[in-house]
Amino acid sequence: MASKIYQWLDERLGFDDLYKSLLDRPEPHGTWWNTLGSATLFLFTMQVLTGIFLLVYYTPSPDHAYDSIQYIMNGVAFGWLIRGIHHWSATLMVLMVFLHMLRVFVTASYKYPRELTWVVGVFLLLTTLGLGLTGYLLPWNQRSYFATTVATEIAGLVPGIGPFITRTMRGGTDLSALTLSRFFAAHVWMLPLTLAGLIGVHLYLIIRHGESDYPTEED
Amino acid sequence: MGKSHEVSRRDFVKIMTGVAGTVIGAGITLPAVGYVLDPAIKSGGSGKEDWIDLGPLENYPIGEPTPFNFTRTQINGWEKTFSTNGLFVLRKSDTEVEVLSNVCTHLGCRVAWHEDKGEFICPCHDGVFDEDGNVISGPPPRPLDHLEFKVEDGNLFVLFKEG
Repeated sequence: MASKIYQWLDERLGFDDLYKSLLDRPEPHGTWWNTLGSATLFLFTMQVLTGIFLLVYYTPSPDHAYDSIQYIMNGVAFGWLIRGIHHWSATLMVLMVFLHMLRVFVTASYKYPRELTWVVGVFLLLTTLGLGLTGYLLPWNQRSYFATTVATEIAGLVPGIGPFITRTMRGGTDLSALTLSRFFAAHVWMLPLTLAGLIGVHLYLIIRHGESDYPTEED
Repeated sequence: MGKSHEVSRRDFVKIMTGVAGTVIGAGITLPAVGYVLDPAIKSGGSGKEDWIDLGPLENYPIGEPTPFNFTRTQINGWEKTFSTNGLFVLRKSDTEVEVLSNVCTHLGCRVAWHEDKGEFICPCHDGVFDEDGNVISGPPPRPLDHLEFKVEDGNLFVLFKEG
């Protein structure tokens, strides 16, 4: 019965073809180093899920941001766990992205025909760092306030347009409620959507070209 | 038949992946459900009650419902909320007292006393109650709630129940 239902669905949805082309594709014999991209993808999924749950209680206003996080940590059941996973996955994700990049560099996997996979990867790295930067301000404590002060100050060192960049990031000359709400918007919608889109392209290219084999002596 | 009890390496990996996935999935899903439901569970519905001091009974005129408003503070999450509650004190004679809640029994709007008509009227859906809180017309399913009260040393106290 179950297999009949499955067949009916498969005829219309094509699970088997999807499985064959996405997961059962032929690959060179890899090592654990080849799993860093998947690890990053897993962490991104965790970030999306825990991030959605944090939004249930977090309030992006200077009056309530800090208090709402205190409430998540001490008031809500498992709030410490949800925020803890979000916090540590964020750190791990940056680490994984860098290790993944190093692996691809060392095994020369960025070469023809995978140059664009690397280029998309560079944007993935930048977007991930952007998520780290914007997320760091959201707790609205002393550390996040001054970390953002410093970061936006550094962005202001660009010759010519520096001060304009700082004002754009801060939503004015000073760090304010506007900074918090625009960092929040960037953190929960703009950057995650960008990242998700880029991940789609990245994965498409990986499936299209397959993974690269390790270089041999002749290479 | 001899092979049927042996698990192949591939199947073993598949099963272990499934088990690990299920454990991780449940490990995050169950706390997440608790996390979302937490305020609903902790607030626990009604239960909190308090005697509100309405001052000397003689302050309230005989024959007409007199409104009394009071504010209560409540901490919801990270915010202190002030909720204004109201009731009506109706003295029918020196000894006969009724205390009516001003919450419409239809959908919880606040009723107002219309002196000219001698009726409580709810502005939301035109629920109309008489002086004693009985439904005259409109959608309310039952009369206005009568609150428990006591008189001590000439002062009126009302038992207010939350939720």
